Amino acid sequence: MSALSTSAPSIGAAATRAPATGGPTAGTRVLHFRDVAKAFPDGTVALEGVDLDVRRGEFVTVVGPSGCGKSTLLRIASGLSPATSGTVQMDAERIGYVFQDATLLPWRTVLKNVQLLAELHGMSSTATNQASRDAIDLVGLKGHEKKLPRALSGGMKMRASLARSLTLDPDLFLFDEPFGALDEITRERLNDELIRLFTSKGFGALFITHSVSEAVYLSTRVLVMSGRPGHIVDSFDVPFGPDRTPELRFTPEFAALAGQVSHALRAGHS
Amino acid sequence: MTAVDHRPTSTEETGVSSTVQTPPATSSEGVLSGGGAAPLVRRRRTSLANALLPVGVLLVLLGIWYAITYLVLDPDRRFLMPPPQDVVTEAFLDGPTMARIGEALWNTVVVSFTGLAIAIAIGIAWAVLMSQAKAAERSLFPYAVALQCIPILALVPLIGFWFGFGFLSRVIVCVLIALFPIVSNTLFGLQSVDRGMHELFDLHGAGRFTRLVKLQFPAAMPAVFAGFRISAGLSVVGAIVGDIFFKQGTPGLGIVLDNFRSRLQGAELFASILVAAGLGIAVFLLFGWLGKLAVGRWYDQARDAG
Repeated sequence: MSALSTSAPSIGAAATRAPATGGPTAGTRVLHFRDVAKAFPDGTVALEGVDLDVRRGEFVTVVGPSGCGKSTLLRIASGLSPATSGTVQMDAERIGYVFQDATLLPWRTVLKNVQLLAELHGMSSTATNQASRDAIDLVGLKGHEKKLPRALSGGMKMRASLARSLTLDPDLFLFDEPFGALDEITRERLNDELIRLFTSKGFGALFITHSVSEAVYLSTRVLVMSGRPGHIVDSFDVPFGPDRTPELRFTPEFAALAGQVSHALRAGHS
Repeated sequence: MTAVDHRPTSTEETGVSSTVQTPPATSSEGVLSGGGAAPLVRRRRTSLANALLPVGVLLVLLGIWYAITYLVLDPDRRFLMPPPQDVVTEAFLDGPTMARIGEALWNTVVVSFTGLAIAIAIGIAWAVLMSQAKAAERSLFPYAVALQCIPILALVPLIGFWFGFGFLSRVIVCVLIALFPIVSNTLFGLQSVDRGMHELFDLHGAGRFTRLVKLQFPAAMPAVFAGFRISAGLSVVGAIVGDIFFKQGTPGLGIVLDNFRSRLQGAELFASILVAAGLGIAVFLLFGWLGKLAVGRWYDQARDAG
């Protein structure tokens, strides 16, 4: 596992990024945005004045309309794209990034795909094998290790993608609408599994979605983003504990909170 | 407008008429090509049709051949197109002729495979170089295109002039003629990698070499093998063309062809042409099979084509 921390600096290279000095523990801040703005060369302003913090043990969801710059937020957080102005501080030693597509390599089996990131980070083969077996167990893909991605359903592909990130044991997980393309039943099942993973691992999560229900169901905090230029217009703490079940979606408390988030979303959009 | 409109209608019509001939194959094709349900049934039926249709075309061609030989040509001019049975008895069943063609075939195989191997090595190195930097692509790709556009036949005398009329010159002709499909297909394959995959590798600090080995090369393999398949056939053409031009050195199929032509040995000429054609088809199939071995497990060509 120590091999991971040595290769972590490759993840963020911007000047404003402070590398972690010690291993983050529960509650430590892993991501900090202060007055972050992003303008593209064509003049489009995608983000403006974005403030946000993610700590370990926090599941923060950003919900907003299509094209409001939600994905740009994640790209900045991960270092894939630099912010135009403001401060971005990524204090996670290891980040997991789950894309909209599962981005599995079609020529690799599930097992080999799950091992990819560990390989890229130069983990020893014993550590890689151990971490990938554990991750495959965690996402419920045991028995499918030798299958190729083309033989998997959309939900299983996403599980494999999730397992691939889990091998790095990330402090911060970034999710870019990972379940957007799945059918509702698969999506709800994966939501439950994600909550279970989050509860057992205690990472910090920044999750992008346009589904209010998914946001409220998964999160400890929901941030509402306005349309372009995107900025955070409202923030809701979610009072439900970690033991969430699908029935929660049909309680009055859930409906009331989802209603408030929805309202804020519409207010921010108009 | 009318020309554009006409096309879909005419293909629809041919679709309908072939439905009459082989109803199960085409109807299941039409229904299932979008979905992919029950692919086994579809594959069996189409493979039967796939096997029968070329055989039908062959029969038609043989018919035309006979018609020309016996209906068009005077008996004393029949050497221009000897009937198929003469080609079999006078050439394919004639020991000395076949020994000669067989030896020439082997020499041509050696030349074309040597040329192909060199073209593969140069072509892949060239494509990798271009994939690594835009500047390299901009400065080198025009020459790959030039290689394709220059009539190689025009260069062949020059190559003989510089490098002699032996093995080396023949191999150089093969390399020149086989290089472009390898360069362009490999480059296309290396550059066709999905942006999301690249970002995954970016996120986890992968260097150029890791990216090339773990991402770009595996992703490029289907295109690379498609290039090999085209180039293998071209390399055979190159070996024969070299022979015909140089007319000296170890006799390959081209020299044998040329000799039969100059002596008006029609049946033997036809036999050696068929052998040359067979060699081209064999290398095409060989590389198709190798490609399937290499990438067929994960890359479904039929899915892309359909």
